[in-house]
Amino acid sequence: MSGAVQLSVWQVIFSYLFVLLVLAIVRKRGIRREREILLASVRMSVQLVLTGYALTFIFANPSPWVTLLIIAIMEGFAIFTVFKKFRGKLSGRLKKTIAGAMLAGTLSCIFYFLLVVVQIDPWYDPQYFIPIAGMLVGNSMTGISLGVKSLVEGMSLQRHLVEEALNLGATPRLASREIVNSTFDAAIMPTINAMLGMGVISLPGMMTGQILSGTVPTTAVMYQIAIMLGILGSVALTVILLLHFGYKTFFNHDDQFFPAGCRKHCEK
Amino acid sequence: MIGTDALFYLEGVSYQSILDIPDLQINPGVTVLLGASGSGKTTLLKLLNKSISPTGGSIWHTGLDLKETPSIQHRRQVLMLSQQAAMFPGTVEDNLAIGFQFQERKEPDVDTMRQMLLQVQLKKELTEPVLNLSGGEKQRLALARVFLLDPAVYLLDEPSSALDDDTADAVIGLVVKQARATGRSIVMVTHSKAVASKFADETIVLKDGRVVRTMQNRDLEAGS
Repeated sequence: MSGAVQLSVWQVIFSYLFVLLVLAIVRKRGIRREREILLASVRMSVQLVLTGYALTFIFANPSPWVTLLIIAIMEGFAIFTVFKKFRGKLSGRLKKTIAGAMLAGTLSCIFYFLLVVVQIDPWYDPQYFIPIAGMLVGNSMTGISLGVKSLVEGMSLQRHLVEEALNLGATPRLASREIVNSTFDAAIMPTINAMLGMGVISLPGMMTGQILSGTVPTTAVMYQIAIMLGILGSVALTVILLLHFGYKTFFNHDDQFFPAGCRKHCEK
Repeated sequence: MIGTDALFYLEGVSYQSILDIPDLQINPGVTVLLGASGSGKTTLLKLLNKSISPTGGSIWHTGLDLKETPSIQHRRQVLMLSQQAAMFPGTVEDNLAIGFQFQERKEPDVDTMRQMLLQVQLKKELTEPVLNLSGGEKQRLALARVFLLDPAVYLLDEPSSALDDDTADAVIGLVVKQARATGRSIVMVTHSKAVASKFADETIVLKDGRVVRTMQNRDLEAGS
């Protein structure tokens, strides 16, 4: 297996020909998206270059505090992204549940994966910690976003069924059972579908990156299998925590139902 | 202990700006709530069922303050049938069984279910999908679902609104007869004075969220 072909700055600059090509096409066809394409290309490049320098520095100077700080930033950014996506639709209790589910679900999986499965040493080795935590947090964020959307919409659209169930003497858990089950489906199915197509329909980015950088494909595959199972676990755990506590945020202490979420006024 | 002989006793009860009841006693038996739309009848039923809580005042059920009573336990005893009761996806049988699943009780056998369908005059197979049912059939299925559960008190919100007069008369008549025979109480919302005069032991008239009259059945029959 030969090592990776190192790309020079000039070689990377040649790849910008694709951007010029796309710009020419959209201009010719009168699609007014030149600004967005240019901005996305430049922003992506700058962000990645800065990240590259930052990671080089962090890898060269490993510190548990820096690793923990980066994990905290990732978690904070992921939680904030979910809040921003559902602005005005989340009660305070549901926000706390989302944050708690993200932190508990992802951190437990990250530490299990790195310390028990990969067995990195030292435990904070940023070369492993940061990319793997990024993948687990990123996928869990997508899962929890889908879960929150399905839960909030389900409680609103199927409010008559929840109310009817309560009228018939159901506990909040039983009254929300169908919504909770379909929410789990909605949140977890994209991960399951990705696993089903993996290696046949798509070659995952991490594996491709490892192969391009000279890793033997079988080693890359082993990593990919382990990370996919880690992602599945992290997404599932995060969503289960969201659902286990999240449905309760639509009911008050008297088991009365609030389809838009139980906010301050419904608490006694 | 307040009013242990009363089915419900309300003291200084208000709910937002919808309802304001300084004092009301609802006795065991069949009570009908009469009043125009928006008079607060449904809100009163929801308060009695504890699916909402009063913004002021207290409600007692057989002498127990509802604030102290666990909601789910209360709702299983004081069951509410809303005006447009929702049907759960599935068949007639699924909808009859679901109340027992919600209350974590053993489901009745199919013969008991069929018997109940006959009582509410719903001539449908247990395997019939609820999607195929008309509005009136759904209302009768909802009634059957509630009556199978056999609670101590039925809170019925316009249980015959989607039925024609003859069917309404027959179905409500059967419901009341069965309740009386088994010592159950009914609090029923209706627009119909005829239903009130025919079946009620007591009629409470609401207007703009206030109780304007409480009548025994004989007063109503006398046209007072």
